[in-house]
Amino acid sequence: MKGLSQIGIFKRIGLKLTIVVSLTSLVIIGVYSYFNISSQNDVLLAEVERHANQLSETVKNSTRYSMLFNERDQIQETIMTIGKDPTIYDVRILNKEGMIIYSRKQDEIGQMLDKKAESCYACHAENKPLEKLPMKDRTRIFKLHPDSTRIMGIVNPIYNEKSCWQAECHAHSADATVLGVLDVSISLEPIDRQLKKNQIRVLILAVVSVIALGLIIGLFVKKWIDKPVKELVKATNEVALGNLNYTITNLGNDELGYLGQSFNKMISKLEETHLQLMQSDKMASLGRLAAGVAHEINNPLTGVLTYSSFLLKRTKDNPQMQEDLNVIVRETMRSREIIKGLLDFARQSAPKKYQVDINDIIKRAISVVNNQLKYSNINLSTKFNEQLPKVTADANQIQQVCLNLLLNAIDAIGPKGGTIEIITNLISLPPKGNTQIKSAVCPKNHSFIYKEFKIGGLPSLQLKIKSNGIEGFINLDPVYGSNRHFFGINLSKNKSINLTCPTCDVSLIDKNEKCPKCNGPVYKLIIPNQGYLLGCASFNDNWQKWEFIDRGGDRKFVEIKIKDDGCGIAQENIPKLFEPFFSTKGQKGTGLGLAIVWGIIDNHNGTINVDSEVGKGTTFSIKLPLA
Amino acid sequence: MKEEFDILIVDDEQVVVDSIKRICEINNFTVDYALEAETAIKKISQAKFKLIICDIMMPVMDGFQFINELRNKNIDLPVIVTSGYSTIENAVRSLYAGALDFIPKPFTFDEITSIIKRCIKYRELTDPATHINNPIVYVPCPAKYYRLGYSCWVNKLLDGTVNIGATDIFIKTIENIKAIEFQEIDTMINQAEPVVKIISEDETINQLYSAISGRIIECNTKLLTDINLLEKDPYFGGWIYRILPSQLEFEMSMLSPCSSDL
Repeated sequence: MKGLSQIGIFKRIGLKLTIVVSLTSLVIIGVYSYFNISSQNDVLLAEVERHANQLSETVKNSTRYSMLFNERDQIQETIMTIGKDPTIYDVRILNKEGMIIYSRKQDEIGQMLDKKAESCYACHAENKPLEKLPMKDRTRIFKLHPDSTRIMGIVNPIYNEKSCWQAECHAHSADATVLGVLDVSISLEPIDRQLKKNQIRVLILAVVSVIALGLIIGLFVKKWIDKPVKELVKATNEVALGNLNYTITNLGNDELGYLGQSFNKMISKLEETHLQLMQSDKMASLGRLAAGVAHEINNPLTGVLTYSSFLLKRTKDNPQMQEDLNVIVRETMRSREIIKGLLDFARQSAPKKYQVDINDIIKRAISVVNNQLKYSNINLSTKFNEQLPKVTADANQIQQVCLNLLLNAIDAIGPKGGTIEIITNLISLPPKGNTQIKSAVCPKNHSFIYKEFKIGGLPSLQLKIKSNGIEGFINLDPVYGSNRHFFGINLSKNKSINLTCPTCDVSLIDKNEKCPKCNGPVYKLIIPNQGYLLGCASFNDNWQKWEFIDRGGDRKFVEIKIKDDGCGIAQENIPKLFEPFFSTKGQKGTGLGLAIVWGIIDNHNGTINVDSEVGKGTTFSIKLPLA
Repeated sequence: MKEEFDILIVDDEQVVVDSIKRICEINNFTVDYALEAETAIKKISQAKFKLIICDIMMPVMDGFQFINELRNKNIDLPVIVTSGYSTIENAVRSLYAGALDFIPKPFTFDEITSIIKRCIKYRELTDPATHINNPIVYVPCPAKYYRLGYSCWVNKLLDGTVNIGATDIFIKTIENIKAIEFQEIDTMINQAEPVVKIISEDETINQLYSAISGRIIECNTKLLTDINLLEKDPYFGGWIYRILPSQLEFEMSMLSPCSSDL
């Protein structure tokens, strides 16, 4: 068998669920961060661009007068001063030919720039230079070489103005449009640093949230799934090992809790069927055994019986030998009867059960006695519940039961005539008062079932009782919840009482339990395979508890009532009614009819009760369980 | 010329074969035996027999298969079935399969002698070879009757009870009937269970199997004073028990309708 621990770690539901949820949150965080960071980037760049434009205009304006008066040193000085700001990478002014005439970096001055260079690209991308450059096209972001920081450059063309060509220096003619370009470059390093910081923050957020999610989900999976599943697996393993008494304790009220409850229900059903199966299996093997034994023994017995009976015939003149041979013949015949009994028992104890309609069976039984009813002037009325569900039963045996009871009723009514009423009904009964305790044992496995003393026609449970220094027996009612106990000694109810096993004298008082009604001591009997029977041991009240049976809830029965207004049964005869060979009919009866009835009903797990009053009539009620 | 025997015994137990053989020989019947059904079939084709006594539980081919095989081969020989597994079902099944009689093991000298004698007599009465010039004179059951095997008839009465009795051919296999012994009223009887003893002059007890289960509610006491009624009027005045049947419908399926005999 494969235990839970043998399931690979990656195959466990908890981990799978954690991985799936983590991946999902990772994707969500990733997408969100991407848009967040890129919009931050855009905002920061726009800010820088605005700043650069301002700067560029500032430079242009502050050098304007110097330019008009052609004060070149002054211009260079201004550019140098502005360019001291660490974020400004470079400030330079190019003339129309592309020569750097002023620059923060003094070594650049005098260099010619190719028209394909970064600063010129905006206007000179097409062959003919642009004269007007719109604002948005003035900026560009570039890297000097792949590893360096990003730089934003802004180009500001210097247009020809009236004051320029009218200036005293006459450096510019009137027909030129653009005189040169102011090129300001700003390092983007602080922004890039900021963005990187944000990226790291997002990464930390993602890692932390994935771990937190994983832990939270793992924790709840453990609480809501792992533990109940472990309990279920443990229960199934217990059942697989043959422990059909195992019940799952409350798993909560979610789907798994419901599964646990239905598991419990299934196991209790399984146990029932298992017991039934075992019983019929036992009967079947007994049948096979009987058949085998009969066949094997009857053959040699044939030899013994034929030869001995033959010898008996041949030795008619030898009385001594006759006597001896007679013993052989007689004893062989006895063996023959024993084996026949064994075969009959094996045959009888396995009723052929299938789904039958009880009403139909009763109608068949009535048709058998119909003429007898007519002769005896008996008026038969039937009240059948036509919606009666089918019952699993042996039709022949149930018919025999009805027939026997009908014939008894006819006999009880006698020749003067009367009425018989047959009623069928579907009833549902609580387990108390309707469940027979068929076996009960002490902790050392000694049975309490005592067939010699019956209560309500059923074998009682005999315990030893000690009270007030007097020892005796008590016979408990074998019907759960019904309290027709028989006390063998006079019980002074307030004295301490001790109940023990009549075989081994082990105490049956459970010291851990108190009677919830009178707070007195409680006896505890083991019901094999069906839990425990608890009861008030002081007998002050009628408290009894058999949890195994209570758990099953109400049970449904088909009830058959056969009522007659015949002579009735004397009260003292009622306990002996179902005993074999008990008959009130003298020579007319065999005393087996009701014993057979009882055997059949018991075999169907049903019950039969009798209610009778001398001179008024008798009612037999049979209850057959639906399932 | 084929060899001739009276009886063929088929049983896989040597001690049973020996016992039956001894009894037959004491009764002056000639006997052959086979320890299995195949050998028995071979022997039947090689020699002539009047009667077969066979066991049910045998290796390879059991008693029922053996009887079927005989029917398939059109061998019309009476068969007595015996079994150590002596349940009522086996008895009913044997009679239904066509066995003439059933005897549970173990049996006494007298029990099997009585059955063998009756069956040999039956063979003599019905064997077409011995009756070519001399047609058999026995009265078949009335058409609406049913029978179990050849011996017991049952007739449903209008009030739900049934009458049972012995067939004419069964009575004719018993020589010189002297008395009849009933069971007590109210006894529960089972199908294929011996229910009445018919005693002949030589004290042989002939048991009749009941065709039906139920409770005996009446015995034909007229038979006690006039036993000849059995022979003279076997189907009407010679009825034996009136029975309140317990499983009539089911058991009827195991009976043969007498209308098929006519």
